[in-house]
Amino acid sequence: MLKMRVIPCLDVKDGRVVKGVNFVNLVDAGDPVEQAKLYDAAGADELTFLDITASHENRDTLYDVVSKTAEACFMPLTVGGGVRKSEDIRKLLLAGADKVSINTAAVNDPDFVKQAAQKFGDQCIVVSIDAKETSPGKFEIFTHGGRNPTGIDAVAFARRMAENGAGELLVTSMDRDGTKAGYNLALTRAIADAVSVPVIASGGVGSLDDLVAGIREGHATAVLAASIFHFGTFTIGQAKEHMVKAGLAMRLER
Amino acid sequence: MTVAVIDYGAGNLRSAAKALAFAARTTGEDVIVTADPHAIARADRVVLPGVGAFAECKRGLEAVPGVVAAMSEAVIVKGRPFLGICVGMQLMATVGVEYGEHPGLDWIKGRVVKLTPNDPTLKIPQMGWNDLNLRRPDHPIFAGLKSGAHGYFVHSYHYLLDRAEDLLADVDYGGPVAAAIGRDNLVGLQFHPEKSQAVGLALLGNFLRWKP
Repeated sequence: MLKMRVIPCLDVKDGRVVKGVNFVNLVDAGDPVEQAKLYDAAGADELTFLDITASHENRDTLYDVVSKTAEACFMPLTVGGGVRKSEDIRKLLLAGADKVSINTAAVNDPDFVKQAAQKFGDQCIVVSIDAKETSPGKFEIFTHGGRNPTGIDAVAFARRMAENGAGELLVTSMDRDGTKAGYNLALTRAIADAVSVPVIASGGVGSLDDLVAGIREGHATAVLAASIFHFGTFTIGQAKEHMVKAGLAMRLER
Repeated sequence: MTVAVIDYGAGNLRSAAKALAFAARTTGEDVIVTADPHAIARADRVVLPGVGAFAECKRGLEAVPGVVAAMSEAVIVKGRPFLGICVGMQLMATVGVEYGEHPGLDWIKGRVVKLTPNDPTLKIPQMGWNDLNLRRPDHPIFAGLKSGAHGYFVHSYHYLLDRAEDLLADVDYGGPVAAAIGRDNLVGLQFHPEKSQAVGLALLGNFLRWKP
């Protein structure tokens, strides 16, 4: 049977990992390729790079990082952040990314997702949805790291993105991101139940029980986390073993 | 010895070539990415990657002059080992029904149809790691592997074989789904060995050593 996925996410800025790490055996803890190799060896099911490079001139550092990662790690790699044009997608895929996640550009122009899916295939288009619960059970899309409200209903938007050919949705609860209070399960579940494509839960993981809840209560088929892995709070192996104990189907081989 | 990875613009071309080159470190083959019919016809092994839609891939393959004929020359006439990956495997079918009916290479009899898992909560595409049930565990492509090894899948369509004996491995996704198929010198993998970590590299190494 298909296993649930654990996906560590690395924030990359100007070709360097931003969030600090406690891996003592790393020569260069800021090197995303070194980090990717560790996660590969630890049995991560996929890996995500989120590029937060502010200036467009430094963007080439990302392609270099993706290319070097793809040469060393034979696991699925998703890259997001700053993907605005078809050319951005093409360059990332050529560098070795397997999937590309689209965020603001999908909000600004939903047809961009349709065109991208037709051109590159549904399987490599992930739409990243950042949402806040503005009133109980009501979820709104926010852009620019949660600062800008859009007035767009997150569940309706998710449905539209799936219809437009998104192969997968990455759902981040912006009101939970960085809080360690757990995923906003109502948000994850509302979207997961509304679409037929896989949903990745993201934003707010503080404990291993949060990962279990993302799947069991959030109805996601994959869970993404950054801090708990970066700061060495838990290993990928501990996360998976905990999820197995909770009765979830996980891949334990490395 | 040369392994020709067919270059027709498939999205996973580079990943497949990089993983093959990595696996070839122990076997010593030259992995070339090529659309040159002469190089393909002369190759000792042929690999056809592919992601996206069946018809789109078939069109892309046929758009490169002489490539389909050169593949047939190497694989069907000379009997050189062939590996199709994901849509590259599906293209071996008699027909694919994604966005209309389209003829395939008709190398392994069967149809490529939409996944219809009998559990309505299962998502389409099937995306992630699924454990293989080896139906032909003695096949050289599976050397060193056992049932329960995981492959990384991303697909919405699957291969329905006409002949049960062409099934090498399957997975359960709301019913059985062909994961590896083959006959004679042909092998196809529905999952992505180039993305399946140690299991995938083992399969690619086995393919490079395979003498059908």
